Order: sequence, then structure tokens, then C-alpha cells
Amino acid sequence: MPQTPTDATAPAGRFGPFGGQYVPEVLMGALRQLEQEYERAKGDRAFWAGLNDYLKQYAGRPSPLYFARRLTEQLAGAKVYLKREDLNHTGAHKINNTLGQVLLAKRMGKRRVIAETGAGQHGVATATACAMLGLECAVYMGAEDVRRQALNVYRMRLLGAQCIPVESGQRTLKDAINEALRDWMASVEHTHYCIGSVMGPHPFPTIVRDFQAVIGRETKEQMHAAEGRLPDVILACVGGGSNAAGIFYPFIGEKAVRLIGVEAAGEGLDGSRHAATLARGRPGVLHGMLTYVLQDDDGQTLPVHSVSAGLDYPGVGPEHAFWHSTGRVEYASATDAEALDAFELLSRLEGIIPALEPAHAIAYAAKLVPTLPRDRIVVLNLSGRGDKDCIEVARLRGAT
Amino acid sequence: MSRLQTTFRDLHAAGRKTLLPYVTGGYPDAATTVEILRQIDPQRCACVEIGIPFSDPIADGPVIQTSFSRALEHGFRLDGLFDALRAARDQIAVPLLAMVSYSIVYRRDPRHFVEIAQAAGFDGLIVPDLAIEEADDLAAIGRERGFPLVMMVAPTTDETRRRRIAAISEPFIYYQALAGVTGERSALPPDLVQHVQQLRAETGKPICVGFGIATAAHVQAVCAVADGAIVGSAIVRRMNESVDRGDSPPAIARVVAGFIRELAAALP
Repeated sequence: MPQTPTDATAPAGRFGPFGGQYVPEVLMGALRQLEQEYERAKGDRAFWAGLNDYLKQYAGRPSPLYFARRLTEQLAGAKVYLKREDLNHTGAHKINNTLGQVLLAKRMGKRRVIAETGAGQHGVATATACAMLGLECAVYMGAEDVRRQALNVYRMRLLGAQCIPVESGQRTLKDAINEALRDWMASVEHTHYCIGSVMGPHPFPTIVRDFQAVIGRETKEQMHAAEGRLPDVILACVGGGSNAAGIFYPFIGEKAVRLIGVEAAGEGLDGSRHAATLARGRPGVLHGMLTYVLQDDDGQTLPVHSVSAGLDYPGVGPEHAFWHSTGRVEYASATDAEALDAFELLSRLEGIIPALEPAHAIAYAAKLVPTLPRDRIVVLNLSGRGDKDCIEVARLRGAT
Repeated sequence: MSRLQTTFRDLHAAGRKTLLPYVTGGYPDAATTVEILRQIDPQRCACVEIGIPFSDPIADGPVIQTSFSRALEHGFRLDGLFDALRAARDQIAVPLLAMVSYSIVYRRDPRHFVEIAQAAGFDGLIVPDLAIEEADDLAAIGRERGFPLVMMVAPTTDETRRRRIAAISEPFIYYQALAGVTGERSALPPDLVQHVQQLRAETGKPICVGFGIATAAHVQAVCAVADGAIVGSAIVRRMNESVDRGDSPPAIARVVAGFIRELAAALP
């Protein structure tokens, strides 16, 4: 059973030097309101009881911690467990956050919810929570992602949400965030912006992490039940970083557990076509936060690339920037090609089609696990299922 | 006291009203910006806001976004614009305010950014994505170097914040007429007069009003209560159209300067 998060983030919403609130004045009132409402909700047992009930009865939590026997045999190293966030309602970890935030929006008396989406999973999860809780919903999605993720566009519309293609900039996730922020500036009185990752201005990185931390808490309990101990390594993919923050956060104080985030190396870290913000970026300001970003010397955002729409982002959550700077979490990367191989590997060995985002973590596991002794345990956060990616992968593999 | 502060102190004391035009810097090139600035009458315009093109301008509507992305596609570089302005300093009579995202200021380091902006001939700074929570350092650098930081107040800003903003905003307060992004609107918000009067009563500082101010009639109406009217998208739309027609830099400058004169003629 998930518990009420107890620790507090620094008052200014800082993780070390990272985080903060770099937004136009017009949004500051709404951020303050959200911060105060979340503080109240945090101490309200009825709020968590309500959310936990939805997570259990509606989203299908707890998600299983599955021992991947054939993957373990194939990699011939540590034992590999998969945290099955792909089995949640709507097919990814995103529902943990959207149920929490849409309940907060209702508490604040907002009648409309907006969201950005990359791969479409957060858009679908927001549209789902809004349908179930009876709120109006609009989702901004880069036009390039609308093309790559047609199935999710249809799902959002079926769920009664408006899905708005964004034609500006690179027409991907960052541009969808810009457009959602612009909408929010005009609609802030009656609209909540349900950010999909541990990013943006304070208090979003903290709120989203807290709602996603259910993944890590369950993992801890399930690992104790299965093995009677903590895992040695936890792996998760990192775009904005919400599934990684969710599984890492309850283990941050467990120094014996290695935490590894896997970024998208796209066509390789030596060129410019990647989205490995922590590996190749530097501290800067984007989308209301001070964090690692991929920018040129003028502060202009650089174009990024990943085969996975959900990792195709030139920033990263500020708490990841902090964990990176302190060394508590290691950050690695996997290329498009490696992720596509991993997509097929897990499908064939375990009968689980992963989303392209966690396929990056699987790709890294395929390198790491064989180097570890057999008595070690690796948990991989399988943050979403891959149905949404099948058509695009088939196209890339020349199967259509 | 900086040139800009003196200008606003004198205006305020004389009860005179002013127009603050906004043009996208380095659009379509730095020479055009210089040509526009040379033609602006400092008697009518207390300063010009130069918008620094940015890849992710979250506070801007489609018109200014278009100008930014075109400038960047044509290879806009901050140093190119600053070099051109510095070289033309003697030809530009009107004070200049840089309107720039904190993403850019932070990348260049706030102190260094202020130094190079001053060297280029700028007189102050507006950072539309920097709320007071994060503004102390930049405001302090500005005070130290006589380079004022203009802060924005929105219709959603409560009284406590309005007072905090007024305490650091120099030499005027930028009142954002409506919640939303930059862009032309057909009518002014009905509560604008009341909001401006309230802000004036609370702060006693000069107030200039922007967002949605698009016509000579708007300028006139705004200046009935405020010290100045800020016009951005209506000007930049004409720049976009002029660029679309393939106009030369002097022709673009004529279009812009002509429209600014038309707006300024409406000042009381």
C-alpha cells in the first residue's frame, strides 16, 4: 500500500542548485496555488486514500515485479526483474501521475486540464483521468509525433480529449510544452497544466516525483517478498525522467543500490543527433527550470533526436541534474539501433513488447548484466508497452 | 542614474506620455534593426524594446514567434546584433531596452550579459520569464552597473507581489494588460483602467502597458491612464509582411518607422 510521502523539498523548489521557477509572472499565482494545494493534499489522508483506491481499482496497481527467466538465461549474469508498469491501465507509468494531478485539479476547482505529450502516453493517461473524473481535456502534441504515434492520437480523441498538433519549432515534445505553457498563460484561472514528467517550474518536479514514487515503494516491498533483500542495480530510461525518478526516489537513501538512468543516444553521442542531455548538455534554463540542457552558446535550444518520441527532449528533470552532479545516480545511454534490437529481444524472449523508451534501458541491461555475477539482482523499470511503437518500428525495419 | 531612468523621471514629472515600440532584433538582419532605430524619434518614444530572438519563446504569440524562428533560420547570433548596434551607437538617439529570455542571459552569465549589452548601447533589460523569486541577482547587478531591470506585473498578480515587483522594477513597471501571450487584440480588456489606477496608487512608479495594444486608438486609451503604451506584435506583423514581400532593409525600416509615427501621433 503506497504511503504518504513524508520528506519536504527545499522551500524554493531547489535540488541543490537546480530547479526553481523561471516562468512569466502571469503563471506565478497558479504555481503558488498548486504548491499550497499540494501541501494541503499531502497531509490529507483522505486524498491519498482516494488516489490509492483509483490506483488499485482503476489503474490496476500494484504492478507486478516479474522475474524475467529467459532474459536472465540469455544474458548469463545477474538475475533480471522487470517492474511491469506496462501492465497499468493505458499501458505506461504515466497514469500514476495523471490520476494524482487531475484529482488535485478537481480540488482546486479547475474545470479544464491541458497537457503536453511526446509519445502520446502522457496525453492518453491525462485524457483517461479526465474522462473518468469528468474534466475537459486538451493535449498538445508535436506534429512530427502526431505522425509517429497515430494510434495514441486516436485514443486521446476517443477519450473525449482535444489533441492539438503543434507545428512550431522542431514539432516534437519541447514545442508541445511551449504551446501548453502558452495556453496556460491565457487560461490559468480555470485550467490546470498537468505536466507529464519531473520537469518544469517548481512545484511540478516534486509533485510528479511523489506521484511516481509508488513504483519504487512497490519495488522495495516486492523485492523483499521475492528475494528477501534489496536489488543491487535499478535501471530506468530517462527523457524528462519521471519513471526513473519514480523508481529511484525510494532507493536514494539505500546507498548499496546502484541507480542507473539510461538516456537516448540517438545516432550516437559523437554527432548532434541524440537526446543525451546529462551526457552531453550543461546547466541552463529551459521550460521554467534550471537543469541540464542541450543549448548552443547563445542559449538557443539545440535540435535533438531519438527514435523514441518520449525521450526526444533537450532537457531533463532538475532532480536528475542534481543526482547527476552528486554522483548518486549514474547516467548511461543507448542508441536508436541498440534500442530497436532490445525492442525485439524482449519481445522474443519474454513475450513482452516494450515501448521504445524502456527499450533503451533494456539495451543497456544487455551490456551490463553479463558483466555482473549471478548472485546479483537487477531491476529494470519497464515503463510502458510497445503497441504504440509497432507501426513505426515496422517502418524503420522495412517490414511494411 | 541611467539615461533611461532620467528619461522616465522627466516624463513622469512633466506628466507626458510615451510610446514604447518593440521590434525583433536582427530581423531580418542586424542592418535593418539599426536602420529602424535611426529613424525613431526619442521625443515620442522614451525607448525601444529590442526583442532578442529565442528558440522557445513561451510568452509570445505566433507573430513574434514567426519573426524569431525566421531570424534564427537566417543565422541570427547575439554577438552579430550587439556588434552592429555598438558600431551604430552614435547614429541611434533613442534609448534601448533588451527584451530577452533568461535562458539566453543565464547561458552568457548574467553579469557578462549585462556588460556586453551595455557595451552594445542598451540601457536596460526586460526578462519576461524571470519572476521576482529568481530576479534578485540580476536586479543587483543592474543597480551596481546602472542598468535597470524592468519587471512585469500581470492581471493575476496579487497585491503582495505587486509591491515586491515595484520595489525592484526600474525605471517603470511593465503592466501586462491581459493574461496570455503577446499578440494583437481587437479591444482592450475592460478592467485595464482600474488595474492600472490601482497599481499606480500602490506603487507611485511610472507604468507602461503592453500585450494586445495594436492601434493608435489603443495607444490613446492606454495613455489616458498609463505613462506609456507598448506595441509589439502589431509592429512585428508589419515586419513579417514586409519580409514576405521581399522588401529591402531600408524599405522594411520605412514601413516600421511609418507605423510607429502613426501610433505616436495618437499620444496625448
